Amino acid sequence: MATDAQTLHQQHNHLKTQHTDRLTAKDLTIYLPGERPLELVKSLSFNVGQERVALVGESGSGKSLTARALMGLLPHPCKLRASELTLGDNDLTTLKEREWSRLRGNRVSMVMQDPKHALNPTQKIGKQVEEPLRLHTRLGRKERQEKVADMLNAVGLPNPAFLQQQYPHQLSGGMGQRVMLAIALINDPQWLIADEPTSALDFDMREQVLGLIERLVEQRNMGLILISHDLQQVAHHCERVLVMYKGELLDELPADQLAQATHPYTHTLWSCRPSKFTHGERLPVLDRALLASLKKETRHD
Amino acid sequence: MTQQMIPEQPAQADAGANVWKPARRITALSVGLVLVAILVLTALLAPLLAPFDPNIQHIELRLLPPSGAHWLGTDGFGRDLLSRVIYGARPTLLLVSLILILTIPVGLLIGISAGYIGGWFERILMRLTDIVMSLPSLVMALALVAIMGPGLMNGALALAFTSWPPFARQARAETLALRRSDYLAAARMQGIGGLRLMFGHILPLCLPSAVVRAALSLGGIILASAGLGFLGMGIQPPTAEWGSMVAEGSKVIFDQWWVAAAPGGAILFASLAFNLLGDGLRDKMDPRHGN
Repeated sequence: MATDAQTLHQQHNHLKTQHTDRLTAKDLTIYLPGERPLELVKSLSFNVGQERVALVGESGSGKSLTARALMGLLPHPCKLRASELTLGDNDLTTLKEREWSRLRGNRVSMVMQDPKHALNPTQKIGKQVEEPLRLHTRLGRKERQEKVADMLNAVGLPNPAFLQQQYPHQLSGGMGQRVMLAIALINDPQWLIADEPTSALDFDMREQVLGLIERLVEQRNMGLILISHDLQQVAHHCERVLVMYKGELLDELPADQLAQATHPYTHTLWSCRPSKFTHGERLPVLDRALLASLKKETRHD
Repeated sequence: MTQQMIPEQPAQADAGANVWKPARRITALSVGLVLVAILVLTALLAPLLAPFDPNIQHIELRLLPPSGAHWLGTDGFGRDLLSRVIYGARPTLLLVSLILILTIPVGLLIGISAGYIGGWFERILMRLTDIVMSLPSLVMALALVAIMGPGLMNGALALAFTSWPPFARQARAETLALRRSDYLAAARMQGIGGLRLMFGHILPLCLPSAVVRAALSLGGIILASAGLGFLGMGIQPPTAEWGSMVAEGSKVIFDQWWVAAAPGGAILFASLAFNLLGDGLRDKMDPRHGN
């Protein structure tokens, strides 16, 4: 009976989130204003529809800033400009704070790195999962409760009734991240941005959570932007990969062609991870001089 | 030598722990809680506890020393001092709770909105806070009572007016620290903003330290309210109030010391109780002061 209701619910979701909207950025530049503006992300262009895209790069390559820009939550002094930045039919460059609030958690959601820090320590899990529903929908109390329970089930958390009464510190890291996912997905957003959702978890847990994200995104016909520095890991779970380096988009290719990547940076990122095949060999190291020269060439073009 | 000493010490500590195990550890918090509970119960049950009516005068029994009939003696109008001290707990606690009800919400509101909104709004609010903070509390309260007239409510208002700034400053500092926290960022990513974020998410996080702050400042508030009473600016006689009772007793302090000592002791007791409670709460809730 419960499973019937669940599948029905999922079918309903399926209908609701069927969409052709795209998340489009053209020449997205994020900079620190000042006498000599410092560009942190340089004319980035990408386009995400109902697909799973990985945004990969080293620390400081501007991945998280890009994600924050898509949520309209750039850290204080940063500013952005873009020739086009749209989410469906919303122009993100001109949105007011009130309109942003209507978008966030409703059409686009974000999952952050560390559930230990991203869940409010003073509120019970149930309340935190429910809050986006109270904000963005007009559902009654009972319907909300049902949805919360369904959602906690969907992210693979057992015994939702008990869990709703728990506080964040009583959960393990993996459970916390699942709760974060439940919060992000409870309003059936069209896009999910996951900013290194697994970096606070151990290896087994990472695969599980990434698999879960992939499955849920698939089920709900959502678009996913998965941010990570681990190319090999995200490659399994995504269809397309964008590679960033020092604020620029270096390479863009389908995930299944990563092994044959032609761009030297992508190639190095792909092959720099130790495995049993590289046992006893030196791992490739990034040739930054080569990268710099490549960059100059593209500038001349 | 030292190697022999080392295993011995834990054993001794264990033995000590066993001896003390049946009794709970006596901390500032537990002592403070018990004392405050006694105070509150005394105020609530005053009609049952007091042996005499606190306001009935027996001129023939005036200024009697402590005895079996009048445990703390009688005052200048022949009223039983024990009964008056017991009844005096009522206005004191009433005043204290009024002040808390007035100050904590105002302080938190100003502090959180200043910290959250920032910019000019913050500067104006915080300078205002600084100004009020720099005014001497009791003098300011006296001036206000002089304007508005003495009484319980006016006394509470006057003292509240000068005691909200610490709450505001503390709440602002915490809000500033919280503004950069991941969970508020996460909350904003769900579309939570504005008032909902301020009062649904920031307020509960600022509340514990505000409670500690309140408990710590209660001792001072009790002294200040007694001071107002002593100066004749608090609750008016004949209502039993510790501050004005001390004032009456001070006229005869050299010959009949107990008239001033009884309410003075009560003030000391109440102030000590709240200070212990505040210290205990701070130790318990503030990790920076923890052991």
